Amino acid sequence: MEPMGTLRPNLLSPRDLPWRIVWDRDRCTLCGRCTAACPTRSIELGVHRKRSLEVKAGLAVKPSNVYAVYHGIDQVAHASRVCVGCGLCSQVCPNAAIFPVRSEEIDKVRFHVSEGGEPRRRGGRRNDPNSLLDRIKFIRISMLTDPALDAGRHEFELRTLLGRIPPPEDMLEEASRPDGWVPPVREVYPLMVGGMSFGALSPTMWEGLQMGVAYLNEELGMPVRICTGEGGCPPRLLRSRFLKYVILQIASGYFGWDEILHALPDMKEDPCAIEIKYGQGAKPGDGGLLMWYKVNSLIGAIRGVPVGVSLPSPPTHQTKYSIEESVAKMIQSMYMAWGFRVPVYPKISGTTTALAVLNNIARNPYAAALAIDGEDGGTGAAYNVSMNHMGHPIASNVRDAYLNLVRIGKQNEIPIVAAGGVGKNGNLAANAAALIMLGASAVQVGKYIMQACGGCVGSETDRCNICNIGLCPKGITSQDPRIYRRLDPEDVAQRLVDVFVSFDVELKKIMAPLGRSTSLPIGMSDALGIDDEGAAKRLGIQYVV
Amino acid sequence: MCRLFAITSDEPLSPMTAIQALDVMKEGHDGSGVGLLMSDLGGELEQFKGSPILSGIFTQEGIKRLDRYMMELGLLTKYKMSIRPNTTPPRGTPRRDVYLIRVYEYPYEWEGLSQDEIEQRLLAIRLDLRRMGEDDGSMMVFSFWPDTIMIKEVGDPMAVAGYLGLDRQALSARIILAQGRQNTNYAITLYACHPFFIQGYATMTNGENTAFVPIREYLVSRGFPGYTGYQSDSEVFTHILHYTHRRLGLPIQAYKHVLTPLKDEELARHQDARFLRAVKHSLRFLTIDGPNCVIGCLPDKTLFMLQDSKKLRPGVAGGRPGLFAFSSEMCGLDAAIPDRDTKNDRQPMKYDLVSVDASRTEIRTWNQWEPFGRTC
Repeated sequence: MEPMGTLRPNLLSPRDLPWRIVWDRDRCTLCGRCTAACPTRSIELGVHRKRSLEVKAGLAVKPSNVYAVYHGIDQVAHASRVCVGCGLCSQVCPNAAIFPVRSEEIDKVRFHVSEGGEPRRRGGRRNDPNSLLDRIKFIRISMLTDPALDAGRHEFELRTLLGRIPPPEDMLEEASRPDGWVPPVREVYPLMVGGMSFGALSPTMWEGLQMGVAYLNEELGMPVRICTGEGGCPPRLLRSRFLKYVILQIASGYFGWDEILHALPDMKEDPCAIEIKYGQGAKPGDGGLLMWYKVNSLIGAIRGVPVGVSLPSPPTHQTKYSIEESVAKMIQSMYMAWGFRVPVYPKISGTTTALAVLNNIARNPYAAALAIDGEDGGTGAAYNVSMNHMGHPIASNVRDAYLNLVRIGKQNEIPIVAAGGVGKNGNLAANAAALIMLGASAVQVGKYIMQACGGCVGSETDRCNICNIGLCPKGITSQDPRIYRRLDPEDVAQRLVDVFVSFDVELKKIMAPLGRSTSLPIGMSDALGIDDEGAAKRLGIQYVV
Repeated sequence: MCRLFAITSDEPLSPMTAIQALDVMKEGHDGSGVGLLMSDLGGELEQFKGSPILSGIFTQEGIKRLDRYMMELGLLTKYKMSIRPNTTPPRGTPRRDVYLIRVYEYPYEWEGLSQDEIEQRLLAIRLDLRRMGEDDGSMMVFSFWPDTIMIKEVGDPMAVAGYLGLDRQALSARIILAQGRQNTNYAITLYACHPFFIQGYATMTNGENTAFVPIREYLVSRGFPGYTGYQSDSEVFTHILHYTHRRLGLPIQAYKHVLTPLKDEELARHQDARFLRAVKHSLRFLTIDGPNCVIGCLPDKTLFMLQDSKKLRPGVAGGRPGLFAFSSEMCGLDAAIPDRDTKNDRQPMKYDLVSVDASRTEIRTWNQWEPFGRTC
């Protein structure tokens, strides 16, 4: 017998979705704002027929059924339009009549996102709320003989170095000769804004961050630096005096470098540094990815590509025959482009092979630093499997790298820049200080900046995470003017300044009780403890319970 | 906090001069130890200026092992002034067999060696002996160097000095460094007792060095055999001095710039900015994070003192031509040289380095803002 209908495998009910929309008919004014604003079109106007019992006063008319139509909200239960829990519907609702709630059991959508043979891609983060960095405590509190300092009143020197520092024997000899060459070294703030490209971020977000960085430098005297990510740099910024606060990133797609090279003769200032991206924490061993949704005419112009095509960077640099050759060649080329005045350093994703890269870098007298991006790094777009399952935690990678440099006596020669999951649960200063005391010279942060400065609603439990398709409800990662106009660059700049100023206070509140103020406590591992014996042993810090 | 006292004099002085100064400053230390360094020796040891002197504490078994070891190297004893106390030690002081002060004669095979090679061998011998004694505690070696004696012991400085009979006439020196120890967060071991010594360089410090671990790691990773020990966080100050002055060949002013570099914006206004920035950057891991007062002595017998900006009560230097003293507290200086003109006392502030060279004519103050390299 023929069935009356077909239950397809991907037919889901709202109960199978990760987020359920709760809608209150009594409060709803049917204004339609929620359905208009929903980035994933997960809710739509519903027309419903309802039976009710009508009982009139008296006995003349018998009670009867009444059929009426009412309008309300329906949740779409298809994998392609699934609610991501961003909550924009409740933000725009004038009557608080609608909001998403997380389903009580694991959703079924995850089994159907591969429709068409394309695995899930998303933006965001690793979706693991656990953080080893959060568990590290600062246990060496100065008492009695070395009194703790006053974080509010004492003078602090919160600076770090970015650049290759030759051994003192060589560097001092060169510096004592008028014609001697000392590699460029920048004295900068130890917290940097990590690489988030123009393209991954919206123009308003990018502009806001740049304004904030300029303000921190020029008004507050904090030498904060920001990395462009792989996507080039707007031509006016390249030709402005603010370029000195910017780390230009070159990656395997070389996006934007045509524009950068053409701007070279007109540059008023050298950039702070050049970061060569070989890998990133969110999608280790995979190239950058800007999906077609976000490649509009502006992005296309800056990157030198046609509009509306996806831009997956190759996983490796095309010049790469071997890592040694690639690193050496690229570093040399970049140094030459700026007359050996700009530090050039590679960035890799956290990996067990980081030490091999480090040893290679150590032998290259020009390599200015090594940036390592741990598995908790966030991104604008990546394959779900890369983000969730690939990569190496940052803490042990940084510690191994630092101790390896100590073994070969080069801990001051190659600054380690750590990134990936710093502040993922909001503990920005504590996480950064822990990494510094494990051996990092500086820390890069991205996701925290998006959350604090742009109001990103993403979480470590798969909320929103649609940065990749340009539908960011806050306009942080969208290239659609209708969306990114929601974000005022002035607000972003203000928040960035707030973040750095408050970070500065918190870092002092960590350093002062440890008795540290005159130099950044790089490698001060005797101050660290953790309540996990295995982790303590692995990191070479104290086990405390 | 430890109390520090150093004195430099044209006329040889008894170590009791320094011990008495420590006693005056007793309020600030708990008598958990005393360390003495004597250099530019007078008395009976003056005649052996060029010969290495071994200072340490030995058991009888340790002496036998020492003799066997030195014989094998061809180092012969030339003179002994060992102290074998036969009274009951003061409370808290352990009974020891021998406080050794022994002058050696270089072996014939060392003739013709460069001064540098000889100094490396002296260091290697001291480290060897120290290692040999570490297992069974039969030897503790503090120095093996010409014209230098070191004595260290647990206990109250005055009581220990009386017990050891340090007031004996045969024992005198023109330069004396003394520390009364306030044991802090490290175990009581004599190797943690200041002053520390390496190849003619000695320093003693008060205050905690909170940047100790990264500094220690940096020094150890220099691959120099003498950069070892570190039972005290203050030992790094001696090794930083040795590294800066001897191995990098920089003047003493660089030591100040290494320990407490100028800030970046300050350097920008300094006439030697380029070189000083290279010093700061290349030796970043040696920046201290006090509060610390450092008093030290160079191989050329220059005494110096400096402190970092967190040292709220700086040490003081004063005296008169021919006799100058450096003290962590004013009362120590007053006790040692009461008849000086106090108007000429110097209290080095955060940018200063004060020093008295071997001519002992004046205290010189050098400031980090001054041109780099001016002799101090």
